[in-house]
Amino acid sequence: MPVVLEHLGKRFGDGAPVLDDVNASIAKGEFVALLGASGCGKSTLLNIIAGLDQPTSGALEVPSDGAAFMFQDSALFPWLTARGNIELALQLAEKNSGKAGSKAARSARATELLELVHLGGAGDKRPHELSGGMRQRVALARSLAQDRQLLLMDEPFAALDAITRDLLHDELERIWKETDRTIVFVTHNVREAVRLGQRVLLLSSRPGRVVAEWDVTEEHRTDAGRAGELTATITRRLRQEIRRHAN
Amino acid sequence: MPTEQDVRPVTEPIEHITSPVLKGNPEELRDLEAGLDNLQSDTQRKAGIDWKRVLLPVAALVVLILAWQFYVSLGLKRRDLVPGPFDVFAQMVTLWGEGKVQESVWTSLQRGLIGFLISVVIATPVGLLLAQVAPLRRAFGPLISGLQVLPSVAWVPAAIIWFGLTDATVYFVVFMGAIPSIINGLISGVDQIPPQYRSVGKVLGASRLQMALQIVLPAALPGYLGGLKQGWAFSWRSLMAAEIIATGGTIGFGLGSLLDQGRLLADMSVVMSAILLILAVGILVELLVFGPIEKRLLQRRGLLAGSTR
Repeated sequence: MPVVLEHLGKRFGDGAPVLDDVNASIAKGEFVALLGASGCGKSTLLNIIAGLDQPTSGALEVPSDGAAFMFQDSALFPWLTARGNIELALQLAEKNSGKAGSKAARSARATELLELVHLGGAGDKRPHELSGGMRQRVALARSLAQDRQLLLMDEPFAALDAITRDLLHDELERIWKETDRTIVFVTHNVREAVRLGQRVLLLSSRPGRVVAEWDVTEEHRTDAGRAGELTATITRRLRQEIRRHAN
Repeated sequence: MPTEQDVRPVTEPIEHITSPVLKGNPEELRDLEAGLDNLQSDTQRKAGIDWKRVLLPVAALVVLILAWQFYVSLGLKRRDLVPGPFDVFAQMVTLWGEGKVQESVWTSLQRGLIGFLISVVIATPVGLLLAQVAPLRRAFGPLISGLQVLPSVAWVPAAIIWFGLTDATVYFVVFMGAIPSIINGLISGVDQIPPQYRSVGKVLGASRLQMALQIVLPAALPGYLGGLKQGWAFSWRSLMAAEIIATGGTIGFGLGSLLDQGRLLADMSVVMSAILLILAVGILVELLVFGPIEKRLLQRRGLLAGSTR
């Protein structure tokens, strides 16, 4: 089990708890969609798993080498080219694992990763010269450059147009299968969660807690009707969760 | 990832739940993405030499000189108090003939550059350290800001007492002018870094030193460059002030000394020549050094679109 969360809680200062008693376990190679309304602490939970934030209570087990992370906006460094961004990630990852690789090896690996996200010809472009979808693919390549088993994604496609997002769903599915990563994908989009996840976890709001969980089976993937039903069920449950806060 | 999907033969048509039309074979996906990439990203625009950039400043200069000449030819003031552009030009030719222009420009420029470069070498690590270590910043931040406000000319008397009429006096005053402003520029550059860059650095596993050198410093470069520009301006100003006040001794003959000599001789055309030379050096350094570096830096980060630069 690469990720185990036990009774995890988080509050900032003296405020109300953002996360309360979160329990979940994620298996190796699994693709889990973490679904919730805005402000339910999805990103906080992801930050805690990534080690960017500390829980105030409970325990968590994460891979010892940490996790790769992909942000909502690509967060590419504007002073580096697409290739430079990936090579920096490779360089920092090398120093961490103690094996110093050559510049040529990094360059070759960066070329491979750019090819993987179908950006072989755009390596020398700077982030501002790329479209939003291309930037997210470079960011994906950069997070794969870290070579960690666990990949955390914080609404990575939320800011993209619908056409690009659909394409990137296919792209991400393909890359997940090719690279055998464990992925935790945070989203507020039910369709996206059902489209990508093998399992969908619903997080309640204020405090955030895993309140429901669905398996997305092969049947859902191939039968549009079944997928629609599941989407409707999850949406109903999500809305019920949001209505609780009406008063 | 060995899932049931992988086991299926590829030839079997799979109806997919969300994007049945877009979902195709890998080749098709690649083409789709390439098409979308070309539609969504800009093609590079290349421009030749922009003559307006050269002609407009020259035109502005000509207009100013004409206005000056016009004012002088009105004859409202005595010619030796307000010399015209031609008088000043003639004086400059004379000074050039005597070798004074070359000597003073070279002396001052050399001092200014050496003083500035040493300031950069001192201020950069200090600024980075202050920006990255909160207790240090809180302790020394106000002092550094205060030093930037303090006119560095105020150090001239102290420097003369400590170091006498030597080059050390001049350099000391230059340092006191340039170092705080470079430190402040770097700190404010670091303050303006989007917090996400640090998160990315942390996720990528950067150590403290790597974070400072490979993420914080390049991210802060636009602000840092602003600090360097200001640092140079402070160096040059402080240097002139020091040269005007502290003359003689083993201090060489700089532009400030030339200016002071003009004052002693009550020769307004020498004074004007010195002022114009000081101004010209400032403009040339901006045009030839900082301007191109800044433009390139901003352009590479896509920050110049729509600006008047």
